[in-house]
Amino acid sequence: MQDSASRFGYFVSPDRQIDFDRNNHEVASKVAAAEPGLNWCISCGTCAATCTAAKFTDFSLRRIILQVKRGELKGLAREAQKCMLCGKCQLVCPRGISTRNLILQINRVLQSENL
Amino acid sequence: MKADGKKLIWKEYQKEIADDHYFYARSCIRQNFFPGSEKAFTRIMKDELGKDLCDNQHHTSCTGIGYHTDVVPFETTMTVIARQFSLMTEAGYSNYIASCITSFGLYTEIIETWKHFPETLEKTRDFLYKATGREFTVPNNLAHASDIIYKFRNEIAAKAKYRLVDKNTGSPLKVVEHIGCHYSKMFPHKGVGGAEYPYVLTGMIESWGGEVVDYPERRHCCGFGFRQYAIQANRGFSIACSRKKFDSMEPYEPDMIITNCPGCPMFLDRWQYALSEMEGRTYGKDKQGIPVFTYEEVAGMLLGYDPWQLGLQVHQVPAEPLLDKIGIEYDPEAKFKGPNGEDMGKPAAPSYLKFYQE
Repeated sequence: MQDSASRFGYFVSPDRQIDFDRNNHEVASKVAAAEPGLNWCISCGTCAATCTAAKFTDFSLRRIILQVKRGELKGLAREAQKCMLCGKCQLVCPRGISTRNLILQINRVLQSENL
Repeated sequence: MKADGKKLIWKEYQKEIADDHYFYARSCIRQNFFPGSEKAFTRIMKDELGKDLCDNQHHTSCTGIGYHTDVVPFETTMTVIARQFSLMTEAGYSNYIASCITSFGLYTEIIETWKHFPETLEKTRDFLYKATGREFTVPNNLAHASDIIYKFRNEIAAKAKYRLVDKNTGSPLKVVEHIGCHYSKMFPHKGVGGAEYPYVLTGMIESWGGEVVDYPERRHCCGFGFRQYAIQANRGFSIACSRKKFDSMEPYEPDMIITNCPGCPMFLDRWQYALSEMEGRTYGKDKQGIPVFTYEEVAGMLLGYDPWQLGLQVHQVPAEPLLDKIGIEYDPEAKFKGPNGEDMGKPAAPSYLKFYQE
């Protein structure tokens, strides 16, 4: 197969649709089994708003949790490792989720699945 | 939904289609993409149905492609279309048929504009008179050519030599119908069945013995979208739309696709080649692809017209497996021969899509 961009001058644009039928839900169920707080999250974004790392980069715990729940795992392992585990998000979470444990469990499951 | 309520809603989406005496405006691109379709339409209208059809050689493009890609201003488009109507008036007709879906959408848009803004109509009359000395009347009845075939679908079924049925099993063929976006998505009341449940092709398929496939992305655009395709860098969006449709319809194992738009059969057919070359991905059984047809080609095939007279040899996805399935007779040797039997040469075979039948 030739490189389509060089042969045709364009390539098939990636789909932005979230396909729940095809996405991987294994990671979400394994994380939720270890840390039920995953299912309590209401995606309010308070964690991301208070995050020191997020002040200088586009790191967002809210987005990581959302991606795990949707099963959109591409590039997630690298992103999740950026957390410095300072725990500020845990102090402000209105649902009282153990966010440090949550991110540790996400890291553990992603590594064990080689993702 | 209650049946009475459904009938009430359905009533709103029926349109009046004239019985006879039509002025036919051809498409500017269909004769290149699917060269036998318009000829098949005029043949069916005149020879099979005995209708009066004026096929006028003086009309031009409606400017639809230029209009939708923002290179032709609306005033210019209105004046060009007013000239088409003046040809109809001059020929003594008042029922206008457009071969192209985009033309149909554009004519509808302009007639609606004139209805709501009479001063625009007067301005257009003035422009046309100053430019050409011509005058016109607005058509009494505007229809797309597929509306006409839909109206006479049962008459065509009665005369047909074949049906959309597998000759070996006797079961109806699974048919995907694809309606051009400009048919009823802009003006739902101007299409049979509206935008949500357009019935124009479904009616034909049911009358001709086939079974309609209802798949999730049935109402998704084919991907042509004018600007997506006209600019090379955007074509990735165009092909992604077609792939979404193919991925969605494939589990239902359709035997064929029928369309009523100039762009849709072009893209649903040719993108199957491009996708196979780009990603090695083919659809349909045995890497043969899913054959795509215009409704005139299907009507012509069922009436027993020669498949090569209908222009099926220019399809990228070969039509032969379907012809064999229905039992339509054809001469495989004549596929790439000209009208006088001269050898036209054979096209190169694609890398993955099975083009030649062993």
